[in-house]
Amino acid sequence: MDENLKKQLQRCAYKIRMDIIESIHAAGSGHTGGSLSAAEILAYLYFKEMNIDPENPEMENRDRFVLSKGHAAPVLYATLAERGFFPKEELLKLRRPDSFLQGHPDKKHTPGVDISSGSLGQGVSAACGMALSSKHFKLGANVYALLGDGELEEGEVWEAAMFAGNKNLSNLTLFIDYNGLQIDGPIKEVNSAEPIDEKFRAFNFHVISINGNDIEEIDKAVTEAHSIDKPVAIVCHTVKGKGVSFMENQASWHGKAPNDEQYAAAMEELRAAYDKI
Amino acid sequence: MSAEVKKIATRDSYGDALVELGHEREDFLVLDADLADATKTGKFKKAFPDRFYDCGIAEQNLINIACGIASTGKRVFASTFAMFAAGRAYEQIRNGAGYPHLNVIVAATHAGISVGEDGATHQCNEDIALMRTIPGLTIIAPADDTQARQAVRAAMEIEGPVYLRFSRMASPVLFGSSDEFTVGKAQTLKQGTDVTIITMGILVDEALKAYELLKAEGINARIINMHTIKPIDREAIIKAARETGAIVTAEEHSIVGGLGGAVSEVVCEEYPVPVLKMGVNDCFGYSASADYLIDAFHLRAADIAKKAKEAIALKK
Repeated sequence: MDENLKKQLQRCAYKIRMDIIESIHAAGSGHTGGSLSAAEILAYLYFKEMNIDPENPEMENRDRFVLSKGHAAPVLYATLAERGFFPKEELLKLRRPDSFLQGHPDKKHTPGVDISSGSLGQGVSAACGMALSSKHFKLGANVYALLGDGELEEGEVWEAAMFAGNKNLSNLTLFIDYNGLQIDGPIKEVNSAEPIDEKFRAFNFHVISINGNDIEEIDKAVTEAHSIDKPVAIVCHTVKGKGVSFMENQASWHGKAPNDEQYAAAMEELRAAYDKI
Repeated sequence: MSAEVKKIATRDSYGDALVELGHEREDFLVLDADLADATKTGKFKKAFPDRFYDCGIAEQNLINIACGIASTGKRVFASTFAMFAAGRAYEQIRNGAGYPHLNVIVAATHAGISVGEDGATHQCNEDIALMRTIPGLTIIAPADDTQARQAVRAAMEIEGPVYLRFSRMASPVLFGSSDEFTVGKAQTLKQGTDVTIITMGILVDEALKAYELLKAEGINARIINMHTIKPIDREAIIKAARETGAIVTAEEHSIVGGLGGAVSEVVCEEYPVPVLKMGVNDCFGYSASADYLIDAFHLRAADIAKKAKEAIALKK
């Protein structure tokens, strides 16, 4: 992968992280940990991979992205704003009654949001529907979805996986944000879907396991995904709360907003990391 | 009104209508959940095998697959039994189709007790109550073959999600193709002034027979076919309340939250008069023939006529 592009995308991921913290701090609530863990995946998709046009968000043949783990809305909003789908100032109105930036993504009112999501397990099915429609009607769209590892406990995920495998939705790529934590604690303690890779393989997916916070590994995996005539699951080992040391690997930061002091510390740390790239 | 006495199940009408539409346009898909033979999407599958997708026994996925397809600007019918559409996949319809207001047509068959022998687990008497709570969703329960075909066609033109309610059992063909069907506009089949009977689906036929029974006793009933339960025709209800002073609702559905509930809500707010609700009286069904159950749940013409007289007696 081109070194400049890599650095650009890495910086983009950290910009997204800063905007996540900004918006959740302004809102006073929101899902911090699982937004931070997915920044590289969204940066890569929206700034390198997807055929999209912020000027024409409803373009029929556009690639689709489904945030199946809809609670990570802040990472999607930060990415869409960075990509020019709506003004960045909107991010500071997250979760406010005068904003379209709902607690979970609202397709109807948010430019760039391809489907409403938030009730876990449903987004991945919708992504399968998009992939099926794209294939059937020859729209030429690739469909990407981001799922949480805790989300895999929803039965509907496996209904969708069965469908994708059976219909051979080769234009579908799932990213599993495997950060190991859910609201009630480590997924292993709550009710784990592990082994995740073997499960998707059993549902006739091509499975690739990577470090999901590494742009270069994401690039390799997506390139590999395009060469495979099967649905693909990219199991992304990530760090929940990535980039803010006191939030990293803490289940307690799943759905908590930073106070003013924590906000300042988080921004300082992210800014320093950004400057270092 | 046609004089035909032919009986056709509206699920069959649905399957036939899909095939007709399939010949006319290619911009829609049909999905099922391993019940194509029963829901009659199998007719479409046979005619257009490459435009039909079976989702298997996975109804939650079925609905969200439909949502994904609809989000790409295409029309889609998703079929299974009412119990597994409105019941099992309620939240998928609510959050997946309702909230983003997608053009998903949930075509549910085997609604109500007339499912018969399969028993309570498969007799969905709650679908209208459930679906009615979803903002922006249109609910249509056609009364016969003609109307079912008209409803399928109309659903293709509605903006937002649609719930179509079809029956398993064959019922008389009541209408001809020249009989008008407009979504959201109740059909007043008899213009009586003594009492109003508001009904839908297979019970429209019973209500028309009840009209004759009442007429023989000198009672002139108004008969309304409320084929669209949402958005409900408030005007027709208010007019009925004002002009006839008493209302009976009859539905092959729970008396909780269904047609009777919808009518009562309008009447209470706009023009309070007695409303007596007939339906499945807050209980489960059981295995028996459809005809047996309609008798047992007191949903025949004679029962409706009797209830109409009770309603008249309550008039102030």
